[in-house]
Amino acid sequence: MKYAKRLQTLMLGALFMLAGMPSWAMENSQGGPARWELNLQPPVTAIARDIYSIHNWMLYVCLAIFVLVFGVMFYSIFKHRKSLGHKPATFHESTAVEIAWTAVPFFIVIAMALPATKTIVAMKDTSNADITIKVTGMQWKWGYDYLKGDGQGIAFLSNLSTPREQIGSPGVEPTQARGANYLLEVDNPLVVPVNKKIRMITTANDVIHSWGVPAFGVKQDAIPGFVRDTWFKADQIGTYRGQCVELCGKEHAFMPIVVNVVSDADYKAWTEAKQKEMAASADDPSKVWTIDELKVRGEKVFTANCAVCHQANGKGLPGAFPALDGSPIVNGPKAGQINIVMNGKNAMPVWKTVLSDTDIAAAITYTRNSWSNKAQENIVQPAEVLAARK
Amino acid sequence: MSTTTIDHAHDHSHDHAHDHAHGHPHGWRRWLYATNHKDIGTLYLWFSFVMLLAGGSLAMAIRTELMQPGLQFFKPEFFNQLTTMHGLMMVFGAIMPAFVGFANWMIPLQIGAADMAFARMNNFSFWLLPPAAILLATSFLVPGGATAAGWTLYAPLSTQMGIGMDMGIFAMHIMGASSIMGSINIITTILNMRAPGMTLMKMPMFCWTWLITAYLLIAVMPVLAGAITMTLTDRHFGTSFFNAAGGGDPVMYQHIFWFFGHPEVYIMILPAFGIVSHIIPAFARKQLFGYASMVYATSSIAILSFIVWAHHMFTTGMPVTGQLFFMYATMLIAIPTGVKVFNWIATMWKGSMTFETPMLFAVGFIFVFTMGGFTGLILAVTPIDIQLQDTYYVVAHFHYVLVAGSLFALFAGFYYWGPKWTGHMYNETRGKIHFWNSLIWFNVTFFPMHFLGLAGMPRRYADYPAQFTDFNLIASLGAFGFGLTQVYFLFFVVLPCIKGGPKAADKPWDGAEGLEWTVPSPAPFHTFETPPTVK
Repeated sequence: MKYAKRLQTLMLGALFMLAGMPSWAMENSQGGPARWELNLQPPVTAIARDIYSIHNWMLYVCLAIFVLVFGVMFYSIFKHRKSLGHKPATFHESTAVEIAWTAVPFFIVIAMALPATKTIVAMKDTSNADITIKVTGMQWKWGYDYLKGDGQGIAFLSNLSTPREQIGSPGVEPTQARGANYLLEVDNPLVVPVNKKIRMITTANDVIHSWGVPAFGVKQDAIPGFVRDTWFKADQIGTYRGQCVELCGKEHAFMPIVVNVVSDADYKAWTEAKQKEMAASADDPSKVWTIDELKVRGEKVFTANCAVCHQANGKGLPGAFPALDGSPIVNGPKAGQINIVMNGKNAMPVWKTVLSDTDIAAAITYTRNSWSNKAQENIVQPAEVLAARK
Repeated sequence: MSTTTIDHAHDHSHDHAHDHAHGHPHGWRRWLYATNHKDIGTLYLWFSFVMLLAGGSLAMAIRTELMQPGLQFFKPEFFNQLTTMHGLMMVFGAIMPAFVGFANWMIPLQIGAADMAFARMNNFSFWLLPPAAILLATSFLVPGGATAAGWTLYAPLSTQMGIGMDMGIFAMHIMGASSIMGSINIITTILNMRAPGMTLMKMPMFCWTWLITAYLLIAVMPVLAGAITMTLTDRHFGTSFFNAAGGGDPVMYQHIFWFFGHPEVYIMILPAFGIVSHIIPAFARKQLFGYASMVYATSSIAILSFIVWAHHMFTTGMPVTGQLFFMYATMLIAIPTGVKVFNWIATMWKGSMTFETPMLFAVGFIFVFTMGGFTGLILAVTPIDIQLQDTYYVVAHFHYVLVAGSLFALFAGFYYWGPKWTGHMYNETRGKIHFWNSLIWFNVTFFPMHFLGLAGMPRRYADYPAQFTDFNLIASLGAFGFGLTQVYFLFFVVLPCIKGGPKAADKPWDGAEGLEWTVPSPAPFHTFETPPTVK
């Protein structure tokens, strides 16, 4: 019997271990969560450190109350039993006791709220920032605009860079092993200098998103049509990772945040390089592109922005996202497709505020020449998109 | 609670199956045209149990997808439908109707009334629910599927949803109307139909908690109706209540929703407090400690619940004064709640306790609900909330108070009053199996979620960074265990004790008090046709 029970436990344990097998190979994410993490992420700002301490304080107080209260309760459960012959007492009220156990918790609550008050006031003070950055939540990426301070004028989009082959889909196994930063990596991270106060202004293009980085102790909703702000001052160089924290549609889990905190020198080098890059890739809207150039560019834009709903094969999702392959709008007059892509419709985003004229022209051209589509008007030049903005 | 005497001269003891004197209907008409509070109570309880299993199946699907990173079973857009509908079905289909079922069964019996004040409106209140549930459930089948905006249905995401969202809105309107009518019924019954001698301060605690809950419902259900109607007109009739481009404000939706939403969670817990306040004294064989205090504490919780709603909105960008006010007000609610816990323990103290299943669930409730209370207090502290808002810590918190809180109290009440309803004792060993499995699997499922939230895992995520895998796997295995336990409950406890079992005495629990124990088990179709006198 003893061995049978042990075998049973062994089998159960083995089953659990086997179930966790895929995760054996996993490492912690640098600047992100660790495996088996029991507490908040290691803080790298003074605010995050305060929050960590306040949380510890709350845990201690709650633990003390827990031990006290349930100590009394379990003592009673063990001692005041009918089976032990204990006879019931008859007392059933006491004003003094009621006052006591109302007043004491009241003072405990005040002791909890006092340290928190200081921290809230500090968290709300966004004045005198060294650098101000606007972050725009979009379905489903972040846009960063450096508004004030060193690096002013830099603007870029930040997309999830984990390949879909690592994610898989229902019925389709992933064909690539997951990396350590699975779902926590982007193509263009936010870069900020260490030990500088960074003010983040949050807003959104479509629905409510929320920008949060646990290591900074920062979280602020990004609300369409409104601006909010928050701030952080990272005191350790490194890469820190967060995720969107307000349900924003189907790709809510797929729009992470990566912040590179670098030295002043590295930051200067980055701003110069980025500004050069922006100048070089700024497309001349009057340039006339060949159809092959547009298709190559368009496929990149389509994969990063459109495939998520319309699928890489252009088949979409019947009832939700129309198929582009064989679509009358894609195969018909250019103006119709330009209009819908630029201005959006229902769940279709308003791309004219997100993508450049060249990107829009390229993506449209790509769809008109892909899959089974053979549109008569099969080239759209950036200049036409620019004209449609008026 | 005072002792009671009954006027025996008119004591009927008709078994309702043989009660021909009043010619009440049999067959399907008995149920469709039901005006008897016991029958309507039974209808509510079965409805809520079906919805519990349906909502539970959705949870099993969610946990199946979340066992491992990657998207194995469901597309993210469908996953969001699962999380949304799980929430809506459990809140509006399972927990709320279950407590109304208890109210219908027990309030007239406990106050010595023959029935509820408005028997026909009672019928309507119930029969509104199945069509609403069907509307909600079939929204999965329309193009675009069910609404996927989270049970909180925030704007402007709600504007992007398909027709399933409109079906959900109408379903919620119907359920809201049902709740409002039920509450009017409960208030009128309690205020007007108590037996002579039963002053309000002699009334059973379950009736007190339902009286207060009913006022909360009438106050806030119309507010929800307002929020979802504005969502409907924004979606279809060109209004811009929550659309910034049209001059509206998405955050206003959150204010209106949570003005309903916060009292709503107290609506879901106060009746549970009432049930526990009956069971602890019965099984400790000792009067409830501090009855007056308990009444005042419950009222304080209800009043405070109206001024804390924005603690669900700490990250929306409110001014610092707002954050401070809502933090202080929210932390204040811990005090009357703590007072209630202390009073229950003082009831147990120096009692003469036995631990049949109702008592196990009641004591389990106190233990695990208090843990949920601690995490609520932690979340109330705004700087901490900034880290934990929209993470799995919140999911852990509300499941501790709603499942280990409300649901355990409902189970406790079933085991306690079930013999009165069915006339049979349930099987005590199986009840204990149900209790221990529920308690253990519940904790295996939801305790790790605290760690996930602290580590930063957001909620409503179909997929997650690989570092979160271990706790997610544990939570999923726990969820399967918990779900199986409830299926066991249905087939091995509930159905058998309805069909047969040892005959239940009028008062199967020797420490129990209350008018409900003065009538036979099962309670006859008509009881207290002449009100008893209460000393």
